Amino acid sequence: MTQVEIIEGHRKIDPPPGVPVWDVDPYDEAILRDPHAFYAELRRLGDFVYIPKYSVLAMGRFSTVREVFSDHTRFLSSHGVGLDDYKLIPPYRPPSIILEVDPPDHTKTRKILTRALSPKVVRGLMDMFLATAEPLIDDLIARGPFEGVEDFAEVFPTSVFPIAVGMSNVSARHLVDYGAMVFNAVGPNNALRQAAFKAAEEIVPIVTRACQRDALSKDGLGALVYQAADAGEITEDEAGMLVRSFFSAGVDTTVTGIGNAMYCFGQFPDQWEALKRDPTQIRAAFEEILRFTSPVHTFGRTAGVDTEVAGTKIEAGTKIICVLGAANSDPEKWGDPEVFRIDRKPVGHVAFGAGIHGCVGQNIARGELEAVLSVMLRKVDRIEFTGAPEWRPNNAICALDKLPMQFIGK
Amino acid sequence: MVNVTYVAASGSRQTVAGNVGESVMQTALNSGVDGIIGECGGSMACATCHCFVDEAWTDKTGTRMDGEEDLLDCAAVEMQDTSRLSCQIRLTPDLDGLVVHLPESQT
Repeated sequence: MTQVEIIEGHRKIDPPPGVPVWDVDPYDEAILRDPHAFYAELRRLGDFVYIPKYSVLAMGRFSTVREVFSDHTRFLSSHGVGLDDYKLIPPYRPPSIILEVDPPDHTKTRKILTRALSPKVVRGLMDMFLATAEPLIDDLIARGPFEGVEDFAEVFPTSVFPIAVGMSNVSARHLVDYGAMVFNAVGPNNALRQAAFKAAEEIVPIVTRACQRDALSKDGLGALVYQAADAGEITEDEAGMLVRSFFSAGVDTTVTGIGNAMYCFGQFPDQWEALKRDPTQIRAAFEEILRFTSPVHTFGRTAGVDTEVAGTKIEAGTKIICVLGAANSDPEKWGDPEVFRIDRKPVGHVAFGAGIHGCVGQNIARGELEAVLSVMLRKVDRIEFTGAPEWRPNNAICALDKLPMQFIGK
Repeated sequence: MVNVTYVAASGSRQTVAGNVGESVMQTALNSGVDGIIGECGGSMACATCHCFVDEAWTDKTGTRMDGEEDLLDCAAVEMQDTSRLSCQIRLTPDLDGLVVHLPESQT
């Protein structure tokens, strides 16, 4: 057997025949801050490009991204959804048993989380979400100019999430930072990832502790997961791992969703007016916010077999980075992707992924946004920037760093 | 192509052609059939593509997927024996002529 050559934690590959080679770093901080020119060139070059710096294939066209991302039989998650291939190098943390796993193991854990995060469970949380949003938004209106990320986008999820899950003694900062850390870890070994690992030394033990059964209330989402352990569906340790996934994927992402929503309406005030005229469009508007801003911009897959997509031959072991942000802004699919309009109904966008690994917490995300936007619709007449929005580079998340803004009350 | 007939709660019928391999949910959305939302895009997370398979077709559409029942239990209109998430029924040539009935509401 020939020795496998490793680059950036995965198998080195040669560019497949016919695939253009593009010497670009998708994780360059300038690109992460403003990715649209990168997205356009990625789509223009082909269904796949080969990136020599990381020896990966990258893809940004909607139809093929969707094909690869939703096909769990050929494109695996168990090798890790970042650049590291967990079958070749040791993972930096015990791999997630929901995100970084294939069927049949995935089927078991997915079922448990689907149940814990079901539409019915979220309906039961809506009153708490609304009751939290109401005073927060009153306060922001009264305050005049405020910082949209720190004072609003981070405050809401870090207020409701611990209540929903039933956890205590975890600071808002740790909740947000753990998510950012996990998402930076799916990138290459750049400064962002190194900083994330540095932060991990402090946060991981706190998070691990907070996921234990005795640290959780008896009536939250966490307890629902432990009920599956009581029923013998999973072990006690696996329950802890699944609760951990609430931290990884449930806070930083919804912080990003709220911040990005404010960005969209601040940037396109006519669309806030449109939503005020027809508040029944809240959920449709959130779909367009997701499409337009792609809170998770990039995730990876690993080819499990020698296969072919759109005429391109792909060898088993190839790491493929699926640029969801590029797919969600592909003019072939969307016509006028650069326009934010709440009546688009962007069915099929890949902001929550697709297929069996599609975001299992999406009902909660939609519920949180619905609560925030519905309270705002009653109280906020205009959403205005008071300074320039700044984006925060992250290897997988497209989030704001600063959003100076104000709400003009009704 | 595989023809699928969607019968709305009001009784109105709409027959559209879908592609083999696509889901009954996706086929409805592609053709603008009202009464199916499919909010989660087919990841079996939302229960807004609930349908009742016509009894003449239940053998051919097969059994529910693992975990499907937990979501059907969350559907806006109560689950029946013939209830399925239409995102979990993939069109095959065998399903040409399939009839599904739609609930009054998905949310």
